[in-house]
Amino acid sequence: MKKSLFIGALLALGMAATTSGASTLEEVKARGTLNCGTSTGVAGFSLPDANNVYQGFDVAICRGIAAAVLGDPMAVEFVPTTGKTRFTALSSGEVDVLSRTTTWTFSRDVDLKMDFHGVNYYDGQGFMVPRSLGVTSAKDLDGATVCIQVGTTTELNLADFFRVNGITYEPVPTEKSSESRSLYQAEACDVYTTDASGLASARSTFADPSAHVILPEIVSKEPLGPVTRHGDNQWGDIVRWTLNALISAEELGITQANVAEMAAAPTNNPEINRMLGTEGNLGPMLGLDKDWAHRVIAAEGNYGEIFEKYLGVNTQIGLERGLNAQWTDGGLLYSPPFR
Amino acid sequence: MRNVSFVRSEMLAEQTPPLTSIGVIGWARENLFNGWFNSILTVISLYIVYSFLSFLIPWVLTPTWKATSLNECREINTALTGHHSGACWGVITERWPQFIFGFYDRSILWRPILVFVLFLATIAPILFERVPRKLFLLGPVFPFLAVWLLWGGSIWSPVFSFLGLVLGYLVWRSLKERVNAVILLLSSIGVPIIWWMFLTEPASGLLAEIIPYEIQILPSRDFGGLLLSLTIGLTAIFCSLPIGIFLALGRQSDLLIVKVLCVWFIEFIRGVPLITLLFVASTLLNIFMPPGTNFDIIMRVVIMVTLFSSAYMAEVVRGGLAGLDSGQYEAANALGFSYWKAQRLIIMPQALKISIPGIVSNFIGVLKDTTLVSVIGLFDPIGLTTVVLADMRWNGVYWELNVFVALCFFVFCFSMSRYSMYLERKLRKEN
Repeated sequence: MKKSLFIGALLALGMAATTSGASTLEEVKARGTLNCGTSTGVAGFSLPDANNVYQGFDVAICRGIAAAVLGDPMAVEFVPTTGKTRFTALSSGEVDVLSRTTTWTFSRDVDLKMDFHGVNYYDGQGFMVPRSLGVTSAKDLDGATVCIQVGTTTELNLADFFRVNGITYEPVPTEKSSESRSLYQAEACDVYTTDASGLASARSTFADPSAHVILPEIVSKEPLGPVTRHGDNQWGDIVRWTLNALISAEELGITQANVAEMAAAPTNNPEINRMLGTEGNLGPMLGLDKDWAHRVIAAEGNYGEIFEKYLGVNTQIGLERGLNAQWTDGGLLYSPPFR
Repeated sequence: MRNVSFVRSEMLAEQTPPLTSIGVIGWARENLFNGWFNSILTVISLYIVYSFLSFLIPWVLTPTWKATSLNECREINTALTGHHSGACWGVITERWPQFIFGFYDRSILWRPILVFVLFLATIAPILFERVPRKLFLLGPVFPFLAVWLLWGGSIWSPVFSFLGLVLGYLVWRSLKERVNAVILLLSSIGVPIIWWMFLTEPASGLLAEIIPYEIQILPSRDFGGLLLSLTIGLTAIFCSLPIGIFLALGRQSDLLIVKVLCVWFIEFIRGVPLITLLFVASTLLNIFMPPGTNFDIIMRVVIMVTLFSSAYMAEVVRGGLAGLDSGQYEAANALGFSYWKAQRLIIMPQALKISIPGIVSNFIGVLKDTTLVSVIGLFDPIGLTTVVLADMRWNGVYWELNVFVALCFFVFCFSMSRYSMYLERKLRKEN
């Protein structure tokens, strides 16, 4: 009885504190840095380099938000989270935003009380097998051993796929994706499965890439995007429209190189003017100033530039735009209008 | 009857032993080829050692220290041997500062290095008798100095925290002769705690405004690599021994409440895996505490690891206490020693001596357990390997990183183990 009272009191205290807290925007401004939840190292998406500076596609989103809110893309404190700790880190307030290859799913959105703010990368799960196995379709994988990272949607998709096709598999669970990869290379499992972006980049680092094939099946939808806590809609708007600004900027032809010029005086395109603050007052509606989008794009460039810098065909990861092209180019990126 | 037994009257000249029983040959015959079975075993073992080394040595000795990517390593190795199965050491050249210091600001690396040197100086007089005794004076100052140097900030907060310790000592000295033991203990612990809780911050804040002197602040997130492991491990090691001793005594106490509390604590902690405690530290505590409360993540982990290892320490010490002859307790009573005096002068010195191997293996275990913090997203050396693998240039370098991390830990764990053997030899009773 006493114990339950004690726990109840603690919970009540926690909830009271959560609801009475200042808005995330005010907190971030007062703190002077943005706390951004990131991964402990995913090639191309987020990793600290040899000089301790975080780099990557997910990192760039946080730099954009920091540029919009604080005026300095480097004013970000990156908090590395694992697949298991990421949502608690967000709901406990340890991080303000989670930009960590996190798949947008129903239960995460609804049950875990998260807010997803669009998609910065459309991914899908695939399989890689050694060529010597002679498998050409994922449906031939009956009885295979599969290296799989626990606590991810990858794990659940795998189970679904094998159940739907009425075949069996033997999982080899691991904590980190690098572990799965080394196990696969050590031939401890027949199949390595993760998002298709991860498969391509993993294969490019193998000693003999041609000895491995990526099977044609993509078995899941993995829309990855930035996440915030439920309940702080203003903060959510800032995250959402920072991402939209990056996407729109590419569509409208605003780049890191020409953004200063375009923001200096009104251009012929009213949407560019509204976005960059030379017309209307979209920035103040967000609780920011008029130049916010200018700073976001100046930080690391528009969506396309960020993609090419960290993931594109000229990097070692070498991903095609594919689904992540603008809607005008047959992709899925479609930002709502700045109006 | 005549006795014909022969008695030699002079000694034979000494002869050198036969060549087959001395020197290398003799040793080999004695130890390696002693009978046909052992000879076969020797040959098989030699073959295994040879095939292992003939694989390992070419793998280790590759001229790849200057390579800047795995592919470059592969090219170097292929050019050299025709295949690419050699180590790729370029990654260590590039990343070793990260493995040692984590993300600590590179321009102020002298601070952790100085802390480490001071740490060695502080423990030297405890470890070795010949070291000047004056170094003991460093003991009380070191923790405050280390925290200040590692995390930075105003000089006044460590100074005032240290004053709390001085205050406690003064209270203890002035009351020592006047009040009974319980009040003495409570007041000499209570006064510093009150000082730390209510007075340290305002006082140091005030002085910081009058005479501002501060060094660059380093957030806990910047700690990583061996620096993180040693910070957590060594703090836990040095706090867990005294806590463990008190828990062990408490468990044997006649005072019911003390005993029950100690038993519960020890059994609860020993019944829970360390990983669970770490998850509690990293996630659950955050939910209970109001947002914005900045309870340092390293501090949380240190507390959890300390609690964990003190429970184990308590059991090791209890083993030592149990191994002590009951005559020792009775002799102490017969001499009229008080409980604490008997513990200090008779029981503990002997009990701890018995438990040295257990204590040290516990220490080593704690240091190695610190690598578990990678599961809560802290970058200990193991966690850093993930970071390096995410760099496309090094993706695929597994063995080299793990060998390097293993070597780093080996240095510390092996020296601890050697020291404990030295200590045991030194304390061995001559009877």
